[in-house]
Amino acid sequence: MTDATHGTAEPAEPRRRKASLYASDAHTRRRNAAEKRFRAYGIAAIAIGLFFLLVLLVTIVRNGTPAFTQTFVTIEVALPADKLDKSGNRDIEEMKKVSTFGYAPLVDDALAEALAQAGIETPFANAKDLRQIVSASVAAQVRDAVLADPALVGTSHEFRLLAASRVDGYMKGRVTRESVARDKNISAEHLDIVDQMIAAGLVERRFNPGFVFGADASESRPESAGIGVSMLGSFFMMLVVLALALPIGVAASIYLEEFATQNRFTDLIEVNISNLAAVPSIVFGILGLAVFIQFAHLPSSAPIVGGLVLTLMTLPTIIISTRASLKAVPPSIREAALGVGASKMQTVFHHVLPLAMPGILTGTIIGLAQALGETAPLLLIGMVGFIASNAPASFADGFLAPNSAMPAQIYEWAKRADPAYYERAWGGIIILLVFLMVMNIIAIILRRRFERRW
Amino acid sequence: MKDNMEGRKLVDQMDVKFQTRDVQVYYGDTHAIKDVNVDILDKTVTAFIGPSGCGKSTFLRSLNRMNDTIPIARVEGKILLDGEDIYDPKVDPVQLRAKVGMVFQKPNPFPKSIYDNIAYGPRIHGLARNKAELDDIVEHSLRRGALWDEVKDRLQEPGTGLSGGQQQRLCIARAVATEPEVLLMDEPCSALDPIATAQVEELIDELKQNFSVVIVTHSMQQAARVSQKTAFFHLGNLVEYGDTDQIFTNPVDPRTESYITGRIG
Ligand SMILES: Nc1ncnc2c1ncn2[C@@H]1O[C@H](COP(=O)(O)OP(=O)(O)O)[C@@H](O)[C@H]1O
Ligand SMILES: [Mg+2]
Repeated sequence: MTDATHGTAEPAEPRRRKASLYASDAHTRRRNAAEKRFRAYGIAAIAIGLFFLLVLLVTIVRNGTPAFTQTFVTIEVALPADKLDKSGNRDIEEMKKVSTFGYAPLVDDALAEALAQAGIETPFANAKDLRQIVSASVAAQVRDAVLADPALVGTSHEFRLLAASRVDGYMKGRVTRESVARDKNISAEHLDIVDQMIAAGLVERRFNPGFVFGADASESRPESAGIGVSMLGSFFMMLVVLALALPIGVAASIYLEEFATQNRFTDLIEVNISNLAAVPSIVFGILGLAVFIQFAHLPSSAPIVGGLVLTLMTLPTIIISTRASLKAVPPSIREAALGVGASKMQTVFHHVLPLAMPGILTGTIIGLAQALGETAPLLLIGMVGFIASNAPASFADGFLAPNSAMPAQIYEWAKRADPAYYERAWGGIIILLVFLMVMNIIAIILRRRFERRW
Repeated sequence: MKDNMEGRKLVDQMDVKFQTRDVQVYYGDTHAIKDVNVDILDKTVTAFIGPSGCGKSTFLRSLNRMNDTIPIARVEGKILLDGEDIYDPKVDPVQLRAKVGMVFQKPNPFPKSIYDNIAYGPRIHGLARNKAELDDIVEHSLRRGALWDEVKDRLQEPGTGLSGGQQQRLCIARAVATEPEVLLMDEPCSALDPIATAQVEELIDELKQNFSVVIVTHSMQQAARVSQKTAFFHLGNLVEYGDTDQIFTNPVDPRTESYITGRIG
């Protein structure tokens, strides 16, 4: 106070005394202008940030939402007993001998029949040529349905079959008559038929649960590719990370923060943990490859290895945030507990840890979210490029059977040539972001819930 | 002065709670407490006075080994509680602190309910066999802390929601609940208003019937009001120790006199 007035006040003293409070002097005006300018900078910075966020969100939603819908062809498929169950006793083992090649003609015929019923003319003499309208996976779909319910044999059943990716692209505006001119997968005539099928209500675009819950498919069948199995891969990896990184990280932090004496050695550990947090994730990837796969002979592409690698990556994050929240607990609480004769450990577990819990949980969830979105280390342990076509058969398989992970799956799709996969990559990003958002919301809720410091 | 102390030691042998001999406390290279010899009596309020930074808190905290939590702190010499060396390697500081309770300068209730604040110590020391006994201890301690009537209807409310004076009395009740033999108080009233201070002082006066109370204070009036014995510290030395009346009316050491008359601040 005295310092502030001494510098300027001495020469200005008489003038100051006379100045009215209603009139602001030059100094005040300048200060106010600077303050106003600073606020404007702040608002501009936030506006720029929001603008980019908006652009990002709009782009993601615009590109990604089409992936959640898919074009389906709904037709009645006749399932003749003489073709599907020659022995006639509905023996599953017997029926399994009929491969998808046996089912494909049934679908062709059903298509031709449906077109005829709807009065749609086809330029194709052979029903087999209609096959390009539907996905290559439909024969398998029909076969699976029959094997699941042998009673269907001998009847005629309505199926909702996946349309071919090109037809789906046509519905979504990705494929046009010009673009199919040199495409041997589909022709303009097929599109004409599709137009009429739409009019007849045989073809429609609707929500596709297969994208969210299904498995990845081969390069040529984008319409049946889903992110579900790699989601499971991510899930099992996160289980590993949570089960390892949380206890190890919290135990290490508590030891370093509350028990370890400050010396060179603990300083060294401290510096190294901070450094570890800055190590690029790909380094952890190659470490995982060398240690877990080549040395420890864990299966490659397995979520357990991915989880171990991501644990290494997440540990520093958890340790740093846990230590910060332990540090934030006022020392007076520790003194209070020690003062009534609590041991060091009782002090930590009864008083310090509960107060640090919100911070620890937040740090853990942020660490998990980071790990969930991490792709680079997965490249090196073979979780990218692997086509996870089946959900793990058991809980143990979830950890040990080769799988992919959500970000790896997205990367894989983005890499594939077919533009239909590009759309799926965007769709996958929406799902990934939803997961991250849910995790962040959980972090916020947990923080609110535990943060009753009174 | 030394002869005087030796003589009393023989007479009051049974009543001496703490005996300290040539106690030195260092913080790294800082020599914070120098050659302190003092006998702290049972069922007596002993006040530590002296200018700030003279080592009152340091010495107080070495009596229940609270200094152990400061890595650079080092204690030398002998501190005997009922004749047992509290810095003996066989002594568990946690056990010691259950016997020698402490109340801090700033009220520091746990961020838990009033009930749990009091019940925590008895719980970890296994002083109650069942809920009813624990309830009894809580009530008894709160009564001793002169807080019962104010909080008996809201035991489940957070202790941190009380006023500053109530919080400090809660902390005293919490310290009392573990049945300590000595109660150390480090400027317990410095964060309180005069009314709360008066309440706490009254409380201290009652506590001396059961405990040996050591109180650090920077208020000489307070020392004169509540204590029977006063120790005057200066620059890490125990300058003078004796009956409070004598220290305030007829100090032996000129430094004590200067401090009491306000010439050393
Ligand atoms: N934790 C500590 N680390 C280092 N020096 C300390 C610490 N606590 C106290 N000191 C030093 O010890 C001396 C005595 O401090 P203290 O006992 O707090 O004095 P008082 O309570 O009488 O005001 C002071 O010089 C102070 O700087
Ligand atoms: Mg002090």
